[in-house]
Amino acid sequence: MAATYTKKKPVGMMVLTGIISIALYAALLLKQDYINATFAHGGLYAFLPILTAFVFSIFHGSFTSNFWTVIGIEASKKKKEVK
Amino acid sequence: MHDIAAQATNFIDLNIITILYLLFVGFVGGLVSGFIGSGGAFVMTPAMMSLGVPGLVAVASNMCHKFPKALVGALKRAKYGQVDWKIGLVIGVSAEAGVLYGAHIQEGIKKSFGEAGSNLYVSVAFVVILAIVGGFVLRDAIKTYRSGTTNDEEKVTKIAKWVQSVNIPYTMVYFKSLNARVSVLFTIPIGFATGMLAATIAVGGFIGVPAMIYVLGAPSLMASASELVIAFVMGMGGSFKYALHGLVDIRLAMIILCGSLFGIQLGAIGTTYVKGYVIKLVMGTIMVIVLFSRALMVPVYLSQLNLIQPLNEMTVKVLKNTSFAIMMIALLVGAFIVLTSIWKGRRTEQQQLAAEKAVAHGKI
Repeated sequence: MAATYTKKKPVGMMVLTGIISIALYAALLLKQDYINATFAHGGLYAFLPILTAFVFSIFHGSFTSNFWTVIGIEASKKKKEVK
Repeated sequence: MHDIAAQATNFIDLNIITILYLLFVGFVGGLVSGFIGSGGAFVMTPAMMSLGVPGLVAVASNMCHKFPKALVGALKRAKYGQVDWKIGLVIGVSAEAGVLYGAHIQEGIKKSFGEAGSNLYVSVAFVVILAIVGGFVLRDAIKTYRSGTTNDEEKVTKIAKWVQSVNIPYTMVYFKSLNARVSVLFTIPIGFATGMLAATIAVGGFIGVPAMIYVLGAPSLMASASELVIAFVMGMGGSFKYALHGLVDIRLAMIILCGSLFGIQLGAIGTTYVKGYVIKLVMGTIMVIVLFSRALMVPVYLSQLNLIQPLNEMTVKVLKNTSFAIMMIALLVGAFIVLTSIWKGRRTEQQQLAAEKAVAHGKI
């Protein structure tokens, strides 16, 4: 009899990255005046928005990926590679 | 410079409606970008400006949401084997040069002909390029659909075959997506044009993706996925340039990113359920609809430049609102095709799996 394998859903990872993501957005909105004033300086401060974008994309990107997996929206199992 | 400084400190107040609006536009834009590699960004700048965000801040914030989004999309699609990092980086670097040159031309036009002249240039570029390229892409997608060859491997065009056959010593590079060596002397102008278009209409992919498909010979799925690498390279360089003047409103950029990362993941997943011609169909459809949106604005700018009789205020307002509405419709139509494709693809796959299971259990 053929065994059926069910891939474990990344619920824990989704919750963890979700919490970090919410914390990042909360910090951004609660401290928006300070952040805007700092980032608007330009010059060397230009690295700050770039760095912020990377940090948000790491955690929120991971959260959104896990989110779709957990709710069952996944890539086609048949077509993985483009030829 | 004073203008720039004034705009940088002129960041808008955010309320819940504004945030929800940006999240929604971000999601739909991300969905389309994840699927066709670009095309979601063109609506962001006018969407932000409709909230009262100054033009330069809107452009800068749009760019700052675009590069992390493109990176996440590229990583996702790389998992499906669709990304050619090398072609993305090679074209991306030359696109960066195109962005700088495109911005320089824009500044020159603005100095000589003012804001209306610059807007007219952007709209005419939109209309001409989208009519030619969009019309061609859409025609090709419809032709493939009607011919009943949607399951066949995409054919390499005659131009692409010729490009791949040209051997220029010391300039040849092997690209996985083309499964061929191509001279960088062909990829550099493509990148440059992509960057110039990105600096002009905010969506370089409308040149980059069709060029990779029809001129270089890449499959649609790989071209659209590799475009995300180009968008990442271009977007990061552009964001840094604007951030040097303090023009990025990081709140707007990150709120749009919040919605668009949900969208780009879904759009990327969607590509695993479709054939290459669907990518062309979505891209061509959006391009052709957007073309009408920009064409509506041409009389407004012509009247502002006194090249035609002045239009009354009401007419200008109606044209502007209709133009923005058509742009949103373009994005929503694209998103609808993407979502429908995912839904149909999943349903077909589930039915096939159920049938296979039934056979395995000896029920049939």
